[in-house]
Amino acid sequence: MNKSEWPLWEVFIRSKAGLDHKHAGSLHAADVEMAIENARDVYTRRQEGVSIWVVESKNIHASDPGQSESMYEPANDKIYRHPTFYNLPDEVKYM
Amino acid sequence: MTQYSFQQHFDDKIDSDNTIEAKDWMPDDYRKTLIRQISQHAHSEIVGMLPEGNWISRAPTLRRKAVLMAKVQDEAGHGLYLYSAAETLGISRDEMYNQLHTGKAKYSSIFNYPTLTWADMGAVGWLVDGAAIMNQVPLCRTSYGPYARAMVRVCKEESFHQRQGFEIMLTLAKGTDIQRKMAQDAFNRWWWPSLMMFGPPDAESPNTANSVRWRIKRLTNDELRQKFVDVTVEQAKVLGLDMPDKDLKWNEERGHYDFGAINWPEFYNVVKGNGPCNKQRLEARRSAWEKGQWVRDAATAYAGKRAARKAAAVETKAA
Ligand SMILES: [Fe+2]
Ligand SMILES: [Fe+2]
Repeated sequence: MNKSEWPLWEVFIRSKAGLDHKHAGSLHAADVEMAIENARDVYTRRQEGVSIWVVESKNIHASDPGQSESMYEPANDKIYRHPTFYNLPDEVKYM
Repeated sequence: MTQYSFQQHFDDKIDSDNTIEAKDWMPDDYRKTLIRQISQHAHSEIVGMLPEGNWISRAPTLRRKAVLMAKVQDEAGHGLYLYSAAETLGISRDEMYNQLHTGKAKYSSIFNYPTLTWADMGAVGWLVDGAAIMNQVPLCRTSYGPYARAMVRVCKEESFHQRQGFEIMLTLAKGTDIQRKMAQDAFNRWWWPSLMMFGPPDAESPNTANSVRWRIKRLTNDELRQKFVDVTVEQAKVLGLDMPDKDLKWNEERGHYDFGAINWPEFYNVVKGNGPCNKQRLEARRSAWEKGQWVRDAATAYAGKRAARKAAAVETKAA
C-alpha cells in the first residue's frame, strides 16, 4: 500500500434492529470517525442500516481457501447433527 | 498441489458456476482481465459524474435538482464499490487513480460527449444509464465474487436513474414544440454513442472469447446491443420520438430490429482521446485530485495527531 493512501476499512451494517451486522463493502478513510461517516454516506443512502461497524481491513484474519477440504470435510459425514436424521413414529406430531 | 491442479480446480469452479473469491488461486490473465475491466468500469462511474454535474446548478426545478444530485451521488458510490472490488485483486486505489489521470486507463467513451441542453439530462438517464443497466444486470452473476456483489448493489440503485431520465424526456416530448424539438435533438445526439457503449462488434473484440469462457461476461457486446435496441424502440414509441436511424426495421425472421451501421471510426477516434470532451474530462479529474491534496493531507495529519494524543493519554494513565 502507498504510504499516502488512507487505510482500508471493512464496513458492516445492521439493516434493522434485531438482525446481525453484515458485510456491506469497504472504503478508505483517515480514521475511524471518517470511516463511519463515509460508510453512512456510501452504504446507507436508502435507509439500509440502523447501525454501522467499521474494522480496519488489516485486522481481519481469514481462513485459507486452500485448506477448505481439511477445514470443512469433517462435517460432511455427520448427518446425525441434523434433526431430519431421526425417525419418529407418526403419532409424535410436534417435536 | 501442482500448478496443474490449481488450474483444474479453477476451471471446475468456473464450469460449475461457482464464484471465485479474492484469496482463491486464479490464472494471471483472469486477474489482469478483471483488474482492467473493473477499474475501467469504476473510472466510467467517476468520469460519468461530470457531464451531469454540468447541469446541477441549472436544473429547471428544485425536484429535478434534488433528483440529479442524488443520481450523481449514486455514481460516486458506484465508483467506490468498483474500486474496492478491484483492490481485492491486488491493485491499489492510488495506482488506479494514477492510471486514469495519466490517460493510461480508459473509461467509457460516452462521457466524452458534451451535455448541451437540459434535454441531455433526460437522454443520458434514459439511454446511457439504460445501456449501462443492460450491461450490468448480467454482471451481477459474473464469476468473480467481489465484482458480482458490487454489481448487485449498483443495479439496485441504477433503475431510478433510467426512470428519472425517461421522465424528463416524457415531460419534454409532451411539452411545447420547442421542448419536443429539444428532446428529439438530444435523442439524435445520444443514440449512436449509446450503441457504441457496448463495445466493438464481437468479431473485432479479441477479449470476448476469454471473458465468456471465464464467465466474466455472460453475453457478448452484440447480443447486449441488440437487446438494447429492441427495448429502446418500444420506449421511443411511448415518447412519440423518431428513432434517429433510417435503416431501423423490424426483422420478422430474426425476431429483432435490424439497425443501421455504427460509425466505428468515430468510436475508435474518441477512445484514442479525440472526442469532443476528452481533454476537459481528464483535466477536471486531475484538477479535482490535485486540489484535494491538502484536504487529504490535513485529514491524515489530524488522524495522526489524535492517535498520538490517545497513546499519550494511555501512557499517563499507566504511569
Ligand atoms: Fe452507475
Ligand atoms: Fe447510473
